[in-house]
Amino acid sequence: MSETVYVPRDSSALSLGAGKVADAVVAEAARRKIDLRLVRNGSRGMFWLEPMVEVETAHGRVAYGPVAPADVSGLFDCGFLTAGAHRLALGLTEELAYLKRQERLTFARVGVVDPVSLDDYLAHGGYRGLGRALSMSAEKIVEEVTESGLRGRGGAGFPAGIKWRTTQQASARRKYVVCNADEGDSGTFSDRMIMEGDPFVLIEGMTIAAVCAGATQGYIYLRSEYPHALHTLNEAIDAAYRRGYLGDKVAGSPHTFNLEVRLGAGAYICGEETAMLESLEGKRGMVRYKPPVPAISGLFGQPTIVNNVVSLATVPVILERGAAFYKDFGMGRSRGTLPIQLAGNVRHPGLVEKAFGVTLRELVEDYGGGTWSGRPLRAVQVGGPLGAYFPPSMLDLPMDYEAFAAKKGIVGHGGIVVFDDTVDLARQARWAFEFCAIESCGKCTPCRIGSTRGAEVIDRISQSMRTGDRETAMGLLRDLCDTMTYGSLCALGGLTPLPVLSALRHFPEDFGLSRSDVAWTV
Amino acid sequence: MDRNKQAFDPAAAEAIAARLKDQPGALMLILHEVQDRFGCVPRECVPAIAQVLNLSRAEVHGVVTFYHDFRAQPPGRNLIRLCRAESCQAMGAVALAEHVSGRLGVGFGETTRDGNFTLEAVYCLGNCGCSPAMVLNDELHGRVSPARFDELLAKHREGRR
Repeated sequence: MSETVYVPRDSSALSLGAGKVADAVVAEAARRKIDLRLVRNGSRGMFWLEPMVEVETAHGRVAYGPVAPADVSGLFDCGFLTAGAHRLALGLTEELAYLKRQERLTFARVGVVDPVSLDDYLAHGGYRGLGRALSMSAEKIVEEVTESGLRGRGGAGFPAGIKWRTTQQASARRKYVVCNADEGDSGTFSDRMIMEGDPFVLIEGMTIAAVCAGATQGYIYLRSEYPHALHTLNEAIDAAYRRGYLGDKVAGSPHTFNLEVRLGAGAYICGEETAMLESLEGKRGMVRYKPPVPAISGLFGQPTIVNNVVSLATVPVILERGAAFYKDFGMGRSRGTLPIQLAGNVRHPGLVEKAFGVTLRELVEDYGGGTWSGRPLRAVQVGGPLGAYFPPSMLDLPMDYEAFAAKKGIVGHGGIVVFDDTVDLARQARWAFEFCAIESCGKCTPCRIGSTRGAEVIDRISQSMRTGDRETAMGLLRDLCDTMTYGSLCALGGLTPLPVLSALRHFPEDFGLSRSDVAWTV
Repeated sequence: MDRNKQAFDPAAAEAIAARLKDQPGALMLILHEVQDRFGCVPRECVPAIAQVLNLSRAEVHGVVTFYHDFRAQPPGRNLIRLCRAESCQAMGAVALAEHVSGRLGVGFGETTRDGNFTLEAVYCLGNCGCSPAMVLNDELHGRVSPARFDELLAKHREGRR
């Protein structure tokens, strides 16, 4: 019997040398005349342990990491194929505390299966959700998704069931399902990990959406920064076509569903759904006015379901196990689980899927293990570049859409960027405006002009010597933030004030201000 | 690695456009393929693409210049794309950017005089669990310290033609 060894093909693992480790494993096995099966899996999402090599044993998979190519020969020497002791040995993968305490529903197969093996996908429960969906009416599928409480995981948190119902009820000759895979928020990588680690779950989720809405064509709009995801998705899509899970008569049903990956070209704004649709149509990624909403008039003016990767990849488990099962996780109006991404200056960066309600403290301290640098934690930014900066005193905030909104923040796409005490929040606030200026589509004035004026006003606040000048500048900033918040066409201009004002509110000293100076931001 | 894949040939660009024109949303597909082939989307190809797609030159120009990826000039022999977004900032990307810029003697968006390196900024590579991140000639690198950058640079300086 040949041994099975897993070395991830995930981008992050590759960026730390997983490719060379895989080559070394193959070469060493050949040298020792060992018959070995190498699987290039996704990542388990524990990046401080990458490249993490796993071996299949009678008791389960055992892990070694982080493995450098130079370690490989030693691993063979100490019998790692039979779970031999080694200084890099981590024990049974599933027993690692970081993984064991998670609630992986969407990520159940990521890091476990061979991402491009349809057989592996089927063996791990794949396509059961579609199987059940095909036995249901479209109305019933919509009901199931609505009942599960699934909200858009891309950042907006809009109930998926409402979008689906709207498109399902629209009558048109042609309808579309579009997956937004333009994961541009810094500190996020859950979409990428799904696409590289379990692409079939996304394909299945999109197929269920298509069957439900009566859509025949799907597109995955993928950012160009993700070349590995592109290859993995295309391999998986080819396999799904070959085995009758895409194309005509999907899985033996009367439905037709064709699916294609389209590449973006480096524009953050194309993560906004209407800008993305423009880009898919081959145009500048300019935000559209709403209404009409894409569910009624989306791609090429046709009814279109637009959802994020994680939202769509969560649909199969909801259909397989039922809305009640999924809804049972979570708190308040935030139902189910959220794949949270720990990034930045954190000791244990990675992917933590937990039910809503888990606190920032549990995530950053228990899972994250504090800062990478070992210096005191000073701030976390949650929800990408448009998310608020929070101080350590607010770490008891639970991951919950409404709880975050009440504290003038966003859950967003679930990314948490950790900063140690070397961070300068005035600089971060300025950066928020700079980024908005770089990425603004330019359609609306508050965002196009406001972003540039905002960076200048931050400079005036930080550099003013006289109290009067500073007060004038703060008055300007206040007006500007109001204008951007309420006058912008989309979330880019509309939410840029969030990181800016949170930095002022919680860290006034970085601007040379006192608490009383920034009372207006509260 | 040589990034200048082929010298620009207007007829080839037109052929790409003609082959893809019936695809929905064809322009983005065409521009990607042109850049894959020639390393850039030269301004000279705009009229031909516009004609094939029955668009105005202004429309095509507008799309080409909207997206950060499409460049008008081919990059240097080695292309460095350094992430400047928040997660990488938290791990020293601001200092790293200064280091890289100093080592190469160019700013972002510029190419060294010998044509060996082009430095570009990128906003998130999705490698935020291993910040700071950088792409060097299509290869993603994580936890790039100034010392690690110097190692990589040395390798590509030796390999120059």
